[in-house]
Amino acid sequence: MTVKEIFETMEYGPAPESAAEALTWLSERGGIAGPFINGKWGPLRDDFNSNNPATGEKLAGVTQSTEAEVAAAVKAAAKAQPAWAKDGERRARVLYAIARGLQKNSRLLAVMETLDNGKPIRESRDIDVPLAIRHFYHHAGFAQLMADELPDREALGVCGQIIPWNFPLLMLAWKIAPALAMGNAVVLKPAEYTPLTAMIFAEICDQAGVPKGVVNIVTGDGRVGEMIVASEVDKIAFTGSTAVGREIRKATAGNGKALSLELGGKSPYIVFDDADLDSAVEGLVDAIWFNQGQVCCAGSRLLVQEGIAERFYSKLKARMEKLRVGDPLDKSIDVGAIVDPKQLKSITDMVAGNTEGETFQTSAPEGCFYPPTLITGLHTASTLMQEEIFGPVLVSTTFRTPAEAVQMANDTRYGLAATLWTENINLALGVAPKLVAGIVWINGTNMMDAAAGFGGVRESGFGREGGWEGLAGYTKPKRVAKPIDKIESFTGSGQLSDPIDRTAKLYIGGKQARPDGGYSRVVYGPKGKPLGEVSLANRKDLRNAVEAAHAAKGWPGTTGHLRAQILYYLAENLSVRASEFEVRIKAMTGKSAAAEVQSAISSLFTYAAWADKYDGQVHGVPIRGVALAMKEPVGVIGALCPDDAPLSGLVSTLAPAIAMGNRVILAASEPFPLAATDFIQVLETSDVPAGVVNILTGSHAELAPHMASHMDIDAVWNFSSSPLTEVVEAQSASNVKRTLTAPGPPSTKEMLAAATEVKNVWVPYGE
Amino acid sequence: MDPITTGAICVYHDMIETAVEALDGSGIPVAAVSTGFPAGLSPFHLRVAEIEESVKAGAREIDIVISRRHVLTQNWQALYDEMRAFRDACGDAHVKAILATGELGSLRNVARASLICMMAGADFIKTSTGKESVNATLPVSLVMIRAIRDYFDATGVHVGYKPAGGISKAKDAITYLALIKEELGPRWLQPDLFRFGASSLLNDIERQLEHHVTGAYSASYRHPMG
Repeated sequence: MTVKEIFETMEYGPAPESAAEALTWLSERGGIAGPFINGKWGPLRDDFNSNNPATGEKLAGVTQSTEAEVAAAVKAAAKAQPAWAKDGERRARVLYAIARGLQKNSRLLAVMETLDNGKPIRESRDIDVPLAIRHFYHHAGFAQLMADELPDREALGVCGQIIPWNFPLLMLAWKIAPALAMGNAVVLKPAEYTPLTAMIFAEICDQAGVPKGVVNIVTGDGRVGEMIVASEVDKIAFTGSTAVGREIRKATAGNGKALSLELGGKSPYIVFDDADLDSAVEGLVDAIWFNQGQVCCAGSRLLVQEGIAERFYSKLKARMEKLRVGDPLDKSIDVGAIVDPKQLKSITDMVAGNTEGETFQTSAPEGCFYPPTLITGLHTASTLMQEEIFGPVLVSTTFRTPAEAVQMANDTRYGLAATLWTENINLALGVAPKLVAGIVWINGTNMMDAAAGFGGVRESGFGREGGWEGLAGYTKPKRVAKPIDKIESFTGSGQLSDPIDRTAKLYIGGKQARPDGGYSRVVYGPKGKPLGEVSLANRKDLRNAVEAAHAAKGWPGTTGHLRAQILYYLAENLSVRASEFEVRIKAMTGKSAAAEVQSAISSLFTYAAWADKYDGQVHGVPIRGVALAMKEPVGVIGALCPDDAPLSGLVSTLAPAIAMGNRVILAASEPFPLAATDFIQVLETSDVPAGVVNILTGSHAELAPHMASHMDIDAVWNFSSSPLTEVVEAQSASNVKRTLTAPGPPSTKEMLAAATEVKNVWVPYGE
Repeated sequence: MDPITTGAICVYHDMIETAVEALDGSGIPVAAVSTGFPAGLSPFHLRVAEIEESVKAGAREIDIVISRRHVLTQNWQALYDEMRAFRDACGDAHVKAILATGELGSLRNVARASLICMMAGADFIKTSTGKESVNATLPVSLVMIRAIRDYFDATGVHVGYKPAGGISKAKDAITYLALIKEELGPRWLQPDLFRFGASSLLNDIERQLEHHVTGAYSASYRHPMG
């Protein structure tokens, strides 16, 4: 090509990054990725291939780790962990050394990542690797500060970590940095498609002075993941699909392993009519064409205000035409290869299966590539508007009002991220809290940082990665959990003295309601004396209570100040009737109850105090802007109240929940339910709005599975003395509920944390 | 291939005659900075008269400077009227509107001033005089060329773009070319729609060409100012 021709076409020339160093690195190590256990490699076996998706060529062999190898890794981790947990300052230095090691090898890591995954070198070099480095630097600081700032928390032990193929090194960093900072040891499995940067990482750990056994890596496919889940680890941290996350929730149910799940998404991307449209178009490039759209938090569901939709779509299409799809090692390529032909087929089939709307596609080269795609004019319920595609495919529809945008954004099973574009700060800050998501980006998208928690709500999983809020996932409270024995109801005989039926009713939606099933039972005292009758709630009563709780939709939006006043009022009204409750409880349990009643009153005062003080944070993220870590109520919480403390168990469950703006359905102490039913009168006289607190009585075992599987309950707290943890955790997989099954009693801070979700709202600023 | 030349030679009014003579037959136009360049604070009638004199002296392009106060006080009608008067005074000569973006205070003001000047008939919009403390920057350029794109979408009229000041390296020039190519397309990479105002850039381009030919990095003193 002559200079004249170049001036005429102004085409880009090739700008290849060399693969030579990375390939040499691999061949010097035998070209096999395999287990790294207790500081040693191997045994390395060439069981299957890791291919370069851009060319289809084999990059390396991968070892399918065996059960014995996984067990050896867990054993090595368990042995190394106690010494590692001892000295936070030492851990800080090691993490800092890892960060330095990553920095030193940053180009090697970037090239290896691009070879293995197919993402453009521009992204691996400028985003994945720098964010991974930042994560280790930041968490070195958390290791340093742990003793002073988290004096009540300690390491979990051994963490099993299973990560996906879309950000192999970055997800490794998000998992390993906080785990190590808090004094845990890890057994990590990289994805079967992308194990190579984990190999470089293991070598860097060795050089950085990570003690043998603290970081172990096992390679292989999903079956190795299952082995980790089944092994003797203390926690499973998983990032991947919602379907697999659900299986892990079921597999770990009741076995005491901590769990964090970072799952799928179908995140809305809302463009209001006063947005900077050109910037919003560029934002979409980062939202859905970043990493070929293989991003859990991808802004994949475009909602555009109707008046600007045509103009916006035409700008967007013009921008799409300019995206360069091709060789990921070319430094000026925008969109690289899809990770594997299987994923390409899945994307292709999903788009081909769609018959609705209009599809606009640009072009892509032959091979494992998929063209940037926009599908407009879909219905909100269309398959492609609801299902995660995990590819460079943007789907879209329009809205007319902000309220409609919020509703459309939230009509999804997921809740990972949301993006909104407007030049109107009132609109932006008004809409952000209404979006059901763990992360909200205003006038930007896919902004991530070690200082701000990342994670979702609903079926996008639970737990946060990054920030102070992320540390909870790698620590546990320093207290010895006391196993609880089942407390049986007393039995007895004889008639109640009062001939008029005074069966205690259920409390649903602010009204006393007879049980749907029409059955009740007599509550007997310790000496067999009949004390009263109580309703036996069934699944339909639970259903009604959930409906009533959702009807109280104003409660989450009330001010902390108002909720504090109501809790103080409850405390006051309970104080007035303290002696009556003491008598009631003593009659049921046979034990003196003065301390319990005082504890219940104190609990109300405590959470009233917290109601307007459990503040969020402003995270100092490295952009020109802030990330507001806002604490929001979890939603509707179902709770199986402690059996042993009929009043204070009930009160200390409901108080943190409602203080933080949640609505609750409480299954009262099963053997001693009459304090809870007496408490209904206190609720009725204390300005608690109808539906905010609902009280059921009856069998925990009967209610628990329905509570845990109910799709419109967001969290289940299980403090029952019945052995229900397994059923609660297994059934909670239905809609990926948060569960709290801590053997008690949890501290005030733990309860407040369980009653809230952290939403990070990113607000870039400056003109 | 025809020899590569500069797009124009840009001079003060006093040098127009000399420049026209020197460039006679080369096809390279003479441009004159005008309207009380660089501050634009001389009496309005004198600024208009200066344009007329420069055109009469043989300038085929006139670089006017806008009154920054019209932008800073959001007096868009005044800015429009001023630009219209300058446009009329130019007659057949091309007119470039220098916005002095470093003095406009915000990107929003840059966008609005760009649009007003295009509406009032500017053939080119140009970032700066080279005399402000902040001259061409990438954010300002992005805002101005997006304004050009919107104006083209609305009217079908091609308005040119000239970043001026601060672009002295070949690498920076390529960044700008890529920006124009991505945002406006190849049509805007032709000399009638895109210019660099950067007297020192040429030297660096020559150094890079020498490196390309010989493989050895060059020194600036090997390419004396022509």
